[in-house]
Amino acid sequence: MDVGYFLKLLLSGLTRGSIYALIALGYTMVYGIIKLINFAHGELYMLGAFTGLIVASLMSYSGINPVLSLIVATIIAIIYSSAYGVAIEKIAYKPLRKSQRLSALISAIGVSMFLQNFVLLFQTSDFLSFPNLIPTFKFLKPVENYLSSAQVLIYICTALFLIGFTILVKFTKTGKAMRATSQDSKMAQLLGISINKVISFTFLIGSAAAAIGGVLISSQVGQINFYIGFIVGIKAFVAAVLGGIGSLAGAVLGSFVLGLVESFGTGYISSNYEDLFAFVVLIVILTFKPAGLLGKSEKQKV
Amino acid sequence: MLKIDNIHTYYGHIHALKGISLEVEQGEIISLIGANGAGKSTTLLSISGLEKPRTGTITFNGEDLTKLSPEKIVNLGITQAPEGRRIFPNLTILENLELGAFLRNDKKQIKKDIEFMYGLFPILGQRRNQLGGTLSGGEQQMLTISRALMMEPKLLLLDEPSLGLAPIIVQQIFDIIKKMNDEYNITVFLVEQNANQALKISDRGYVLQNGVITLTDTGENLLKNDEVRRAYLGV
Repeated sequence: MDVGYFLKLLLSGLTRGSIYALIALGYTMVYGIIKLINFAHGELYMLGAFTGLIVASLMSYSGINPVLSLIVATIIAIIYSSAYGVAIEKIAYKPLRKSQRLSALISAIGVSMFLQNFVLLFQTSDFLSFPNLIPTFKFLKPVENYLSSAQVLIYICTALFLIGFTILVKFTKTGKAMRATSQDSKMAQLLGISINKVISFTFLIGSAAAAIGGVLISSQVGQINFYIGFIVGIKAFVAAVLGGIGSLAGAVLGSFVLGLVESFGTGYISSNYEDLFAFVVLIVILTFKPAGLLGKSEKQKV
Repeated sequence: MLKIDNIHTYYGHIHALKGISLEVEQGEIISLIGANGAGKSTTLLSISGLEKPRTGTITFNGEDLTKLSPEKIVNLGITQAPEGRRIFPNLTILENLELGAFLRNDKKQIKKDIEFMYGLFPILGQRRNQLGGTLSGGEQQMLTISRALMMEPKLLLLDEPSLGLAPIIVQQIFDIIKKMNDEYNITVFLVEQNANQALKISDRGYVLQNGVITLTDTGENLLKNDEVRRAYLGV
């Protein structure tokens, strides 16, 4: 067996997994709080990528240092996507909070289509190239065949985000309010927790993570179009379900499982089936663990 | 302190409260007794703002609660230990208590108050890092009351604190309620099916039947009332 090839696939699987994790968290958080599959979530990743592209292009044409451009582009992408995420909830989901769950789901699909076409209209349907802003890390020279600087940057950013996010959810007052709301939103209100604020904050964090993922992966891949959010969104959704929808640790685990399966699958079987592996692994895991890897099966009272 | 004036609350199409009026004065323990489905919990949820009355007013120290959000109502000093206890099952006991003080910002005093609750109910202190879902019914009831007390309420709403508990635990819970009222001047509005225990510690009581208040008197007199004895005390 070619160890080098294996290693390369492993590392690229971890890269995919990181990006999925950044997006899957948004799905699972929103589901945990308002029991909605936010199908528009993938578009926030796409919006983040486009915002990043516009800012980064402007800055790099003006001759600004690429690292600085990348940082500023990421920050502006985060702000832009978060604003969209929060606004989408207020406009498209909040009015439907008391109706059947299906209504909000359809509204989510509508938002997704709207955002794709909105970007299509103002940009183009062609792939646009994303400026290469990621610096070359010199210490990676000996292993550059296996590991790129972009990958290392993705690992670092994902790890930092996950650590910060864990601290937020576990130890801060806001995090406790989020967990309380997801377990029993009426009781949370009886303790003075404003669920509107918790919901807005959930959308804000989820969208920010998606935007980071969007900018990072775009600067690695080098090109984007209006449609990139759709397939990545579906895959991240699969990852969240795989891990157990509603479970934060599950979403991260599911993302890495999915990333690795895809990477090894395309590497050892065929890259023609790239999008197939995700769904095969989903079916296999849900057959044996219907609630997902870390999900708790809900007891239903009859 | 609390004045409910002719409220009508609906659950979907069900007319749950049909024109209820009652008053709670500062420092009192008031109980609202009635059978299952009489509208007791709906009354408490209407006060807390989770079920808005369609008509009528609820005022607290002159402020109209029907126009306020649940969190504003908590902020005025009205907390509730609701029906079914509603402990957050995947949060620890400590976290459940901390959330009781969600609207407070005095960290040091919150810590002291948590220790105070552990003093009231030592079992909660011993299990502080256990998840709420692992507690027994009695322990959950202790936690839900402690959690409601963490906000330092002026008015404490208790929904069936005795439900499903062993008599010895019920006695312990009612003793604590009385103590909170006596020593810490917390006004208590208690909803109960266990009329005997509730009326014993109450200054006054109201009897609720099918969404209407049918009787009101002092706790003592209600305990002696023939109708109450027959319907709620099983005599």
